[in-house]
Amino acid sequence: MLKVESIHYGIVIDHITQGKGKKIFDKLNLGDVDYPVVLLRNVPSSKYGKKDIIKIENCIDVDMTMLGLIDSNITINIIENEKIINKMKVEIPKEVQGLFRCKNPRCISNTELYANPSFKLVKFNGTAEYVCEYCEELTSYPL
Amino acid sequence: MSLVGKHLIDPGDFTLDELNSVFQLAEKIIKKEEKFSEICKGKILATLFYEPSTRTRLSFESAMLRMGGKVLGFSDANVSSVAKGESIADTIRTISAYADIAVIRHPKEGAPKLASKYSTIPIINGGDGGHQHPTQTLTDLLTIRILKGSLQGLRVAFCGDLKFGRTVHSLITTLSRYPDNKFMLISPRELRLPENIKYSLENYKNIEIIETENLESVIDNIDILYMTRIQRERFFNEADYVRLKDSYILNKDKLKYAKKDMLIMHPLPRVNEISYEVDEDERAVYFKQAEFGVYARMALMALMLGVYKNA
Repeated sequence: MLKVESIHYGIVIDHITQGKGKKIFDKLNLGDVDYPVVLLRNVPSSKYGKKDIIKIENCIDVDMTMLGLIDSNITINIIENEKIINKMKVEIPKEVQGLFRCKNPRCISNTELYANPSFKLVKFNGTAEYVCEYCEELTSYPL
Repeated sequence: MSLVGKHLIDPGDFTLDELNSVFQLAEKIIKKEEKFSEICKGKILATLFYEPSTRTRLSFESAMLRMGGKVLGFSDANVSSVAKGESIADTIRTISAYADIAVIRHPKEGAPKLASKYSTIPIINGGDGGHQHPTQTLTDLLTIRILKGSLQGLRVAFCGDLKFGRTVHSLITTLSRYPDNKFMLISPRELRLPENIKYSLENYKNIEIIETENLESVIDNIDILYMTRIQRERFFNEADYVRLKDSYILNKDKLKYAKKDMLIMHPLPRVNEISYEVDEDERAVYFKQAEFGVYARMALMALMLGVYKNA
């Protein structure tokens, strides 16, 4: 079994659905940082069978909205002195601004710079369904 | 209850009581129009039409002129500052200094909503792409209210382009807010009512909706038949338009099976989806509908501007 050292101060993004770790790693631009970061893939999990984990040896702001969009299974653990001091469960965001575009080519948010794409969650069934604030079209964001 | 300070982007922006206040005032204007001929004196309506329109623009202009107000604006985006690349936000911030109320028609869906965020004057959506056309809905509801006496307990059929037909989207969404209305959706498969509109219907899971491609099969059980044009300008592909444009043509033969008191409505302009012979049928009310549209817009602007004080 691969052994990775625990972190002293930082964040552990745990319970990532197997296969989504790389996407989150890229979305957080962790490939460009100069502090220690580990992406663990296909880690055995009693709950999910297998999971991905990201460990970050630094206190950074993670975008919970973006993480919720990609994978609502995620748990964020805040680590201090190698101990978990806070655990947060990510949720599918009820409102999203500027993270993706409306799929309707006739929507004003695809042509006017002033129109920041804004969405509200209306339902989800494997894919989150967001309704555009401007044109009210449903836009799915692949989880 | 007051409509002062409100925008009308979507019919859902108004409560049923607020909609009712517009219809009540419109009915008063119809009864004694001369009493309202000066109530907008000193007020200016800006008509910002980024897309061609004849009747909506003229209906708004007529409505404001009949109330003693003035009108300015453009009806072709190519000759306005838009052609120079100005954003809607900048245009509306400027127009807010020139007029007291503005109506916007735009080919992009959500454009009036964007304008309302930057405007300091009331904004009325005069139609945005295939999305919404709330003042046509006021017109349609006023027509139904006057000619049917009620806005509830009706079997309403929508026929034609239900996908891009913004008048359909606005009207069905609003009618679903009144109790006991049932809907029949008659369209080719490609032009069905979008899922997001169905989802947005009030209490949509409990509303009776029948979808069919065949007008003849349901025409004997309809209180209101709302015909729409297959709109060439909404298609990206001309071949699709040509294939679908003559899907439904209402003629005397088909009307033989319809109820004697059914209303035939159409937001106009029509192309060939209603034969001219139908115009003589007393159930055909689409020109009456256009007339009521002026009164609905008069009442709307008078209430949004706060100039109506039991005239």
